[in-house]
Amino acid sequence: MSDTSSVSGWDSHRDDTSDSSVFTSMTMSFLQELPSYRSLIRRRTTILGRDKTGGTLLKPASSENRVSSEAGRSEKEHLGSQSIRKYALNISEKRRLRFGPQRFFREIQEAQVKYLSEWDQWKQYSTKSWKRFIEEAKELASHLELWKNDIRSIEGKFGTGIQSYFSFLRFLVILNLVIFIIIFLFILLPIILTKYKITDSTFLIVPSNEVDMRCKVYPMNSTGLIYFYTYMIDLLSGTGFLEWTSLFYGHYTVDGVKFKNFTYDLPLAYLLSTVAYLALSLLWIVKRSVEGFKQNLVRSEEQYQSYCNKIFAGWDFCITDESTAKLKHSSILYELKTDLVEERIRQKVAQRTPEETLRIYSLRMLLNAIVITVLAACFYAIYEATIFSQEHMKKEINKMVFGENLLILYLPSIVITLANFITPIIFSKIIRYEDYSPAFEIRLTLLRCVFMRLATICALVFTLGSKITFCDNEDCRVCGYNHKLYPCWENQFGQEMYKLTIFDLIINLAVTLFVEFPRKLLVTHCSSWKLIRYWGQQEFGIPDNVLGIVYAQTICWIGSFFSPLLPAIATVKFIIIFYVKEISLMYTCRPSTRPFRASNSNFFFLLVLLIGLTLAFIPLGISMTHIPSSKACGPFTNYNISWDVVPKTVSTFPSALQTLIHSITSEAFAVPFFIVIWQLRLSDLPRVTQPSHHVLFHCPGWSTQTGSDSTQRAVGYGKSRQALSHSETYSCSGRDEKPTKLILNTILVPSKLTELPY
Amino acid sequence: MGSSTSHLSKELLTEYQELTFLTKQEILLAHKRFSDLLPQESRNMEDSLRVRVSTEQILTLPELKANPFRERICRVFSTAPERDSLSFEDFLDLFSVFSDAATPEIKSHYAFRIFDFDDDGTLNKEDLKQLVNCLTGEGQDTQLSTTEMKQLIENILEESDIDRDGTINLSEFQHVISRSPDFTSSFKIVL
Repeated sequence: MSDTSSVSGWDSHRDDTSDSSVFTSMTMSFLQELPSYRSLIRRRTTILGRDKTGGTLLKPASSENRVSSEAGRSEKEHLGSQSIRKYALNISEKRRLRFGPQRFFREIQEAQVKYLSEWDQWKQYSTKSWKRFIEEAKELASHLELWKNDIRSIEGKFGTGIQSYFSFLRFLVILNLVIFIIIFLFILLPIILTKYKITDSTFLIVPSNEVDMRCKVYPMNSTGLIYFYTYMIDLLSGTGFLEWTSLFYGHYTVDGVKFKNFTYDLPLAYLLSTVAYLALSLLWIVKRSVEGFKQNLVRSEEQYQSYCNKIFAGWDFCITDESTAKLKHSSILYELKTDLVEERIRQKVAQRTPEETLRIYSLRMLLNAIVITVLAACFYAIYEATIFSQEHMKKEINKMVFGENLLILYLPSIVITLANFITPIIFSKIIRYEDYSPAFEIRLTLLRCVFMRLATICALVFTLGSKITFCDNEDCRVCGYNHKLYPCWENQFGQEMYKLTIFDLIINLAVTLFVEFPRKLLVTHCSSWKLIRYWGQQEFGIPDNVLGIVYAQTICWIGSFFSPLLPAIATVKFIIIFYVKEISLMYTCRPSTRPFRASNSNFFFLLVLLIGLTLAFIPLGISMTHIPSSKACGPFTNYNISWDVVPKTVSTFPSALQTLIHSITSEAFAVPFFIVIWQLRLSDLPRVTQPSHHVLFHCPGWSTQTGSDSTQRAVGYGKSRQALSHSETYSCSGRDEKPTKLILNTILVPSKLTELPY
Repeated sequence: MGSSTSHLSKELLTEYQELTFLTKQEILLAHKRFSDLLPQESRNMEDSLRVRVSTEQILTLPELKANPFRERICRVFSTAPERDSLSFEDFLDLFSVFSDAATPEIKSHYAFRIFDFDDDGTLNKEDLKQLVNCLTGEGQDTQLSTTEMKQLIENILEESDIDRDGTINLSEFQHVISRSPDFTSSFKIVL
């Protein structure tokens, strides 16, 4: 039988499991669990000097109870090999333990255990191999990631904020590429196949009789001798020879492509691909921002845990590479500094006196009013510039001087760019007086600049739209739009967007070449001049750069309907900008003196992008559904408005399908449907109503099992820090003692958490 | 030189599999890596189980070279009286704790011992200070200033020190770790 001389911890398995022995061992274990007792033991004994009682302390609490009593335990917990491993001892001591007093007890179970343990071993092995396979697959996939090394080295040198900008840029490159692939497959491919006689297909052009002939007049400019500068102007502004290429809407004046077996409805494809890429962009951005949102929630609620997590779990022990280690060191340092700075600011805010608060708030109101004034002034300037440019564009090209002509053409772009250049400077000067924390400052500046930039596009589009639909005499009312000035108004739209894109790229390159590099040269070589030293080296301004690319992307979305090749141009543009910005960053910028955390900035960037997308819906929606499509060019010459192609196609379906579609799109169905979809989407997010503080109570006689162990005991709920006072409402079942509070925690409360009140 | 086969016997393998969290392949790989660190004459079976490898040699392993806690790891897992060398079984123990299959309790237990720089059984302010300095990197310019360090350590103690005695003991540490989502995935070394 078992060794009777074993010490108290092992007493319980001597007899058959009697309640008293269980009770003794449980009291024992409770006493040994108390933190204070453990600290005492710790301070008395060294780590190495272990006697039997010391040995029990080193065991995790879970295994101790399992070993000491077998009443009602499942067999799985008695797997001999499993239990031994969980002891925090070295191998020789585990051996001793194994062949110690428990040996006989273990031998009895050996027969059953062996079978199970082999199965468990195989299970373990297979899960491990699967995990390894997944890891290798992930590693392979990450090799294919675009610009991975560049972004990692940027992160190490300049921090996560700037790195998130470059990741954002990479995302946009991929998004634009996918949009262009959609457009290419559905719009360009049939036309190219037909034009270059790759397949045996022909264009289908349906003449329509309902349309007035005056609307169909599309005067072509004389294609006689073209001067070189005319060529250049055409290239830069999309007029002249470029107007007839596949770059613009006007090129696609076919009603269908006739293949051998079927007719490919090009107008329908054109419209649907537009809808498709907008929907794709929306879904992709929402998906990405949901991930960031989750992280955002977890991190902001982790106020009470963030330091411990960063310090104790901060180092990734898998790192084997020296340079990666260095990067990790600097990113840890950045994060810690940021956290400490933010905390200091929070404390400062909390210590404000009422007069100071009043002063701050009135100052903020005044500055906001200034901001609004600035915005209004910019809108007016853009309005005027667009009107002026449109009116003078129609004059003869060769009557003007080259420079003046280009200036007139690019006037709206120039005004917009100037406004976008000046206003962030104003805003960033203003915000320093408003006394916010660094993270909030960035977000507020960003928000203001967002309004500035995207609203300027709106102003431009609105101006153009009003000019196109403005009719002051009976003549132009025939077509629904001003066909005298704009026989093919979609082309005009496309051209404006194209000009904005090209100009934006040119300005980016010019600023880098002519401002940033000279600045760096001056600072390095002429640092004796006080002015130069004051100006200092360039710091990478994240809000401006993010806005630049959101602005460019919004233009791309708006313009893609009118200029199908624009996404391809945007992709190339973003790639160029990536390398230009990276080189400029590496050679001319210094790391920011004010560290800020970008973990929530990532989500914020996507939010701004979403605003841009929503803003892009408006002009597209209006032009597709309200402004009659031009009858002189484009795929929609036979329809009143572009959207008409969809009802027309639906009417050719069998009637059963038609009624189905009508019922789906009717309001009675669509609204509940979207509500259901929205609920499903949101259920991905952890359901958080309010921040809950997870208070852990310790009841005597129960071990505190923590972590992922599903037998977690003693959970209390509270809504705020004052929840601590509610501990009186909890009592341990069966006993009169009040529970002692062990820890206060803030965690996200998943909806599946079950409460076990005591 | 005449070397006997350096294959572990089956019983020994099974025993190690039961006593550690490593699979058979991992144990064999660990044995091979350990033998490579031994001098040529000790690379046979009996000697490889008996001979100890000094800490300096262990620190040349690529898995440990870049780790700021490498010295502490060697010290914690060493069973020699002067804590300056590892036997093969210590080596196995090391990789067992850092393996995928090890339980979070084991990992947090050993993490506590690794972070306890003065080996007194608790994490006091000095330990935490050294811990933070290890994390931020060696070198003067990569360290936090004194005020920042003080602020940081106060915050850590506020979050984790339950009995308010100014130190973190094992159970407080384990509790804090159990709430930390990154710990299990970061406390891992793969051979």
